Amino acid sequence: MPITFMQQFHFVVLPYLVMLIFFLGTIFRYRKAPYTYSSLSSQFLENERHFWGLVPFHYGIVTVLAGHVVAFLLPRQILAWNSQPLRLYILEITALVAGLLAIVGLVGSIVRRLTFSKVRTVTNTFDWIVLSLLLFQLLSGVYVAVFHPWGSAWFSAAISPYLWSLVRFNPDLNYIAMLPIGVKVHIIMAYVIIGIAPFTRLVHILVVPNPYLWRRPQVVRWYRAPKEVA
Amino acid sequence: MNVRSQVSMVFHLDKCIGCHTCSIACKNIWTDRRGTEYMWWNNVETKPGTGFPTAWEDQEKYNGGWEVEDGKLQLKSTSKAKTVFNIYHNPSMPTMDDYYEPWTYDYQHLFNAPEGPDQPTAKPISMVTGELINIEAGPNWDDDLGGSPIYAENDPNLASLSPEQRAQLSAVERLVLFYFPRICNHCLNPSCVASCPSGALYKRGEDGIVLVDQKRCRGWRMCVAACPYKKMFYNWNTGKSEKCILCFPRLETGQAPACFHSCVGRIRYLGVLLYDADRIEEVASLPKEKLIEGQRSLILDPNDPEVVAAARQSDVHDSVVDAAQRSPVYQFVKTWKIALPPHLEFRTMPMLFYVPPMSPVMSSQENGTISHVSDNLFHDIDESRIPMKFLASLFGAGDESFVRYALRKQKAVRWYRRAMTVGDVDMPTAERMLREADCSPDEAEAIYRLTALCTFDERFVIPPMHREEAIQMMEDPLTHKQDVGFGFMSGPHRGM
Repeated sequence: MPITFMQQFHFVVLPYLVMLIFFLGTIFRYRKAPYTYSSLSSQFLENERHFWGLVPFHYGIVTVLAGHVVAFLLPRQILAWNSQPLRLYILEITALVAGLLAIVGLVGSIVRRLTFSKVRTVTNTFDWIVLSLLLFQLLSGVYVAVFHPWGSAWFSAAISPYLWSLVRFNPDLNYIAMLPIGVKVHIIMAYVIIGIAPFTRLVHILVVPNPYLWRRPQVVRWYRAPKEVA
Repeated sequence: MNVRSQVSMVFHLDKCIGCHTCSIACKNIWTDRRGTEYMWWNNVETKPGTGFPTAWEDQEKYNGGWEVEDGKLQLKSTSKAKTVFNIYHNPSMPTMDDYYEPWTYDYQHLFNAPEGPDQPTAKPISMVTGELINIEAGPNWDDDLGGSPIYAENDPNLASLSPEQRAQLSAVERLVLFYFPRICNHCLNPSCVASCPSGALYKRGEDGIVLVDQKRCRGWRMCVAACPYKKMFYNWNTGKSEKCILCFPRLETGQAPACFHSCVGRIRYLGVLLYDADRIEEVASLPKEKLIEGQRSLILDPNDPEVVAAARQSDVHDSVVDAAQRSPVYQFVKTWKIALPPHLEFRTMPMLFYVPPMSPVMSSQENGTISHVSDNLFHDIDESRIPMKFLASLFGAGDESFVRYALRKQKAVRWYRRAMTVGDVDMPTAERMLREADCSPDEAEAIYRLTALCTFDERFVIPPMHREEAIQMMEDPLTHKQDVGFGFMSGPHRGM
């Protein structure tokens, strides 16, 4: 099948473009406006529904994203794991449950933002765009999982090589040319989300705390170098 | 010995009149922005009372501060492992309802209201949403309601009192209350700093002020939960935490913090304490009954030549040591032992100390005549209407003896001065009281001076902050002077 211009645009131009925007945007924002990097939590304004929305959403989405990343990084190992049907089922069901969990949580937090006027005041247009894109992306993801099953297998066999061909600056669309439209839409939307991330609250993903896990409990800053006391 | 200096504070509660001037001074300078309206870095509470946020002292509810588990000091609200799982939803996070929803009034309506039979009114509107609201709480909602069964009865410090003592506290027409102004304690073992996943909170090495780096704060809110005094506030608009900064821009220019400067009752004292930073963890892990003595032992005598030498070793500036030697806080806390830390059992080692208040009436009634004299000269201290247990819960980590000591000394000083100036108390009795209160006449005179006659400069001994030394953070400004000029941090280049 010949590769059309639109395919070139969506699966070659777009990914490079959004990665450029993503890296330039987040780095530029981090350096020029570090003050704007925040989780922008609204838990202070509403506590109860916050739990039922944010917790399932985050646990779900983190699991699903981790699955995508592992399949991208270790396609052979995933295929080897899937060689026994039971293990394939475990993987597929885990992913589906996590995806559904994320949808429940996301819908919960969208409803929460609409219901509580205090939370609505701290929600801007970009937040609504992000929420809609995420909802669309989760729904399309679950659609793919249900109607085009065994994604852990074909992701490793088709999408992972495609993504690696992008990484190697030698794009090869033959891997994905035959994929169903639902999967393609899911991929394109992923690129769109990556592209707008630098301008939204999504940057909080980049600043999840890790030094905390290793540092000493107390932090002291000196204006002059502290003298070592023997 | 690792000597560090700490700008520390004493609030003399016996002098506080509860006028809230401090709160207003602070609010007008620091927290009049959107997202901070509800914050009161300085607030004044009525005790007995529930305070701000409501019942903040109840750590069963808020999980603030530290606890010792298997001999190890641990945060009550979080830990490194817990942070990983609780980052999406902080289980110990207070909400705006625990404080209050800030409001203003719809003043425009007074001008725009259509003509009608009634005078237009300005209805309260939320400063968060702009909608009409019913005001249900405020920052000092239980102000002066010391005996009220709705508010004061929920004071967590009343837990240790007997039913009789509780009844006595709220007896009609014999209500008793005192004021409890609070700011950030700038603790030696701050739980807010230890809980911050982003490492945005820090203690300044040179003066011990605890600050939030606004550029590194990510709004995970662990500090709000971890601070047992609830003096960390979440700015719901910017998504960053904020706190009392002890007016460091004022301190750095030699001025007292705004709340100190504006205090009408002149209850506030500020000065440097030198302490041994190596022993903080050891002291903070002590059993509850040893905490107060432990914290006192952390604070070093600035007149001890050994300490002065060690301070120099640790790079504490001589001028700071000099300020520590003149520190009114040292006098109150270490020399006279009449200022005590609030709720030391939270184990953050607060560096704001309180002189406990005397009960308002110091006399006993016999057959209708007022009598000042009893065989036990200090009978009214233990029979005071604010039970010793209550004060001990606040300032003694549960131990009455420290509060009793402070109050007895205060009373002895009063009677000594009364014998000198009014003359209705005979000197031998006053001197006997001084002896019994572990106070020499000289000490009594000094306490009297610093309590009643203190000048501005005696109350606030602000150490030089030596901002000029911050230049050490940079490279030597002279390095490239020959090539490009003074202060350049890199040499001359053509282009990049």
